[in-house]
Amino acid sequence: MAAYEFIDHKFDVVVVGAGGSGLRAALGCAQAGLKTACVTKVFPTRSHTVAAQGGISASLGNMGEDDWRWHMYDTVKGSDWLGDQDAIEYLCRNAPAAVYELEHWGVPFSRTADGKIYQRAFGGMTKNYGEAPIQRTCAAADRTGHAMLHTMYGQSLAHETEFFIEYFALDLIMDEGICRGVTAWKLDDGTLHRFQAQLVILATGGYGRAYFSCTSAHTCTGDGGGMVLRAGLPLQDMEFVQFHPTGIYGAGCLITEGARGEGGYLTNSEGERFMERYAPSVKDLAPRDMVSRAMTMEIREGRGVGPKKDHIFLHLDHLDPKILAERLPGISESAKIFAGVDVTKEPIPVLPTVHYNMGGIPTNFYSEVVTKAGRDPDKVVPGLMAVGEAACVSVHGANRLGSNSLIDLVVFGRSAALRAADTIKAGATQPELKPEMTDPHLARFDRFRNADGGTSTADLRLEMQRAMQEDAAVYRTSDALKSGVKRMQDVNARKPDIKVADRSLVWNSDLMETLELDNLIGQAMVTVVGAENRKESRGAHAHEDFPDRDDKTWMKHTLTWFDEKTGKVKIDFRPVHSFTMTNDIAYIPPKARVY
Amino acid sequence: MAEFRLPKNSRITNGKHHPAPAGSGKTRTFKIYRYDPDSGENPRWDTYDVDLSQCGPMVLDVLIHIKNTMDPTLTFRRSCREGICGSCAMNIAGRNTLACIKGHDECPGDKVQISPLPQMAVVKDLVPDLTLFYAQYASVEPWLHTETPEPQKEWRQAPEDREKLDGLYECILCACCSTSCPSYWWNQDKYLGPAALLHAYRWIIDSRDEATGERLDELEDPFKLYRCHTIMNCAQVCPKGLNPAKAIAEVKKMLAERVV
Repeated sequence: MAAYEFIDHKFDVVVVGAGGSGLRAALGCAQAGLKTACVTKVFPTRSHTVAAQGGISASLGNMGEDDWRWHMYDTVKGSDWLGDQDAIEYLCRNAPAAVYELEHWGVPFSRTADGKIYQRAFGGMTKNYGEAPIQRTCAAADRTGHAMLHTMYGQSLAHETEFFIEYFALDLIMDEGICRGVTAWKLDDGTLHRFQAQLVILATGGYGRAYFSCTSAHTCTGDGGGMVLRAGLPLQDMEFVQFHPTGIYGAGCLITEGARGEGGYLTNSEGERFMERYAPSVKDLAPRDMVSRAMTMEIREGRGVGPKKDHIFLHLDHLDPKILAERLPGISESAKIFAGVDVTKEPIPVLPTVHYNMGGIPTNFYSEVVTKAGRDPDKVVPGLMAVGEAACVSVHGANRLGSNSLIDLVVFGRSAALRAADTIKAGATQPELKPEMTDPHLARFDRFRNADGGTSTADLRLEMQRAMQEDAAVYRTSDALKSGVKRMQDVNARKPDIKVADRSLVWNSDLMETLELDNLIGQAMVTVVGAENRKESRGAHAHEDFPDRDDKTWMKHTLTWFDEKTGKVKIDFRPVHSFTMTNDIAYIPPKARVY
Repeated sequence: MAEFRLPKNSRITNGKHHPAPAGSGKTRTFKIYRYDPDSGENPRWDTYDVDLSQCGPMVLDVLIHIKNTMDPTLTFRRSCREGICGSCAMNIAGRNTLACIKGHDECPGDKVQISPLPQMAVVKDLVPDLTLFYAQYASVEPWLHTETPEPQKEWRQAPEDREKLDGLYECILCACCSTSCPSYWWNQDKYLGPAALLHAYRWIIDSRDEATGERLDELEDPFKLYRCHTIMNCAQVCPKGLNPAKAIAEVKKMLAERVV
């Protein structure tokens, strides 16, 4: 192996990732006087939060009465009762303050006539415990994520967060079950770095790119999840993958649910507004899992649109062009560019497209990473936290409601920082790092850098993406999932045969894509194994051989560990929390999920 | 007569030609700037004959197709692929734009030439060094400055006031504008450039911000602001259709009005 030397850094906290949750966590830690580094593989405003469109949910009540308890009820129901209700209470109670904080930092929210933050309707958001749709989603036109991320980056420039930009995180530095830091590769000069910290906060986002067609950016490779699996820790509820109903047919680019929130609707080849049949009370504003299933069903039954009858139309052409220009300018532009459609005149061709990972690194609502040890299902992993899409708190359970992810980012980014301030001391002495803690990191890096097999990274990636797309889709069957497991095992087994063509160290994007692929394979593997194992239908996991929810057997979180050498996935479970955080609201017991 | 040439180590040589695989459909040639700092060699033009039947409509699709099937060493930044993250800004057929929203059929001519954003140091291939650009953005203090104690809820902002931010806040920091500006090419050490100035104006004009005077003081400088000579390349190339030149003109107007 070539000799590599680390450049050392010591911080109180190292945040990996600079999207919404990473920036919020880093900002909070810096404000608390902790010496904080933020390590990110892309410049902060290029993180995928930037692509969030429709808005951020919080019961501000600007458009009429609202209550955090109603928001909580909707989130629990949306999660199909797999969400942990203590964490959901924490989310919904803290949501309004988190939105006001963003506004105070300068987020250019759209406004109501009296100058308040404008809120729009979104799927599954209702008033008075499911009575009728409510306007709860705070919006900056249809560029809310962009507005938030840029504002938060600006705000972190005002504080003392030290950014390490275009550093690709390699692995967690683990010391007998305690996380002591993270190693990273600096792209622009090819050097390797060792970041020692009392606390590592993973804010690395989702792994949408495990699929062939997704709304996620090319960089959404779930690097934190990959690192966690290699550290011998489990991921949770990975079988729950959200398909967004309205990805542009072909390109896969997102058209916000806010389009339906502003009055848009879906039609099939007969011109029928079919959602009226599937969700009579909320229609096109049903949660995403239900709309995606309804669309798939329409297409299957021969009522898809287009020459191949393989997609659905989203209509905005009945809306006032002035409203479209004011509230949905971004997607009007995307529809033009990627579908050649003038939304004021024609419908947009859309298809359910992989969008969000409900699963991730298990945490409690303090954002501390937990694992199951012996009979303790909530054993905290010292030195390690996770936030945002990378984490599974779990507030989204089996299905996330639209606009609940942006609020998740800032509420739990903040909670991580508060917990950090409570549990560690600025400048506390840290134990010396030993080479054996990082030797495997270097060995892996060097192995891929010099990989000289017969399969290109792109080819192996495509095989994984096809397997996931075909076998772990909107609807799943036992046969498909078995095939998916087999195909993913083959992909994993072919990893040693990978070929990297570029041997350099400066901005070697061939190597970076290979390291990302390695991260994706682990997560794709536990996703499909977890799905194969779950013999029920719940939220985004729609199993045709087991079409009903089975609370008796399956109201529990799946934990999965992955051994990449053998390709084996170990499965265990954690109970879903059947309690809330405070006495201000009682546990919401499961019932049939109809809209 | 004086002859101006690039320094020896920056002169671009002719590189490799990558033919399309046998049996390809309709092909088009892409001429791409390559530079590998690890090799110590001069930059070069590589050409790729791309089978258009095998890749998507955008220039980014072409680049990804080349990387996946013809030459994995080709390096460029990319992320969202829908024109919102600003990663894949580059010079395509002579204009700065985002590769992900530029159709290759929109590029004139026979060959399509692709190079990094102009006048920036090149890290590798199509990846420019944007450190200075980011520092200039940070220098305008892109965050809300307030003195008044924060309200319990939101600051109120009338829809008309909010509308003033339209055409400004949508900037994605792709650097297409600044790196297309001849004035920025000459004086980028001192002139802030259109992107940073657009952001400066975005905060000046925000009805919630209480540091208008200080922000204007900071910009009142022969170089930082007044190197804008209304050449308008910035507005010409902005892939989001924004007009930084207009924002700069507004700042100049405010400074002029302040004197009167």
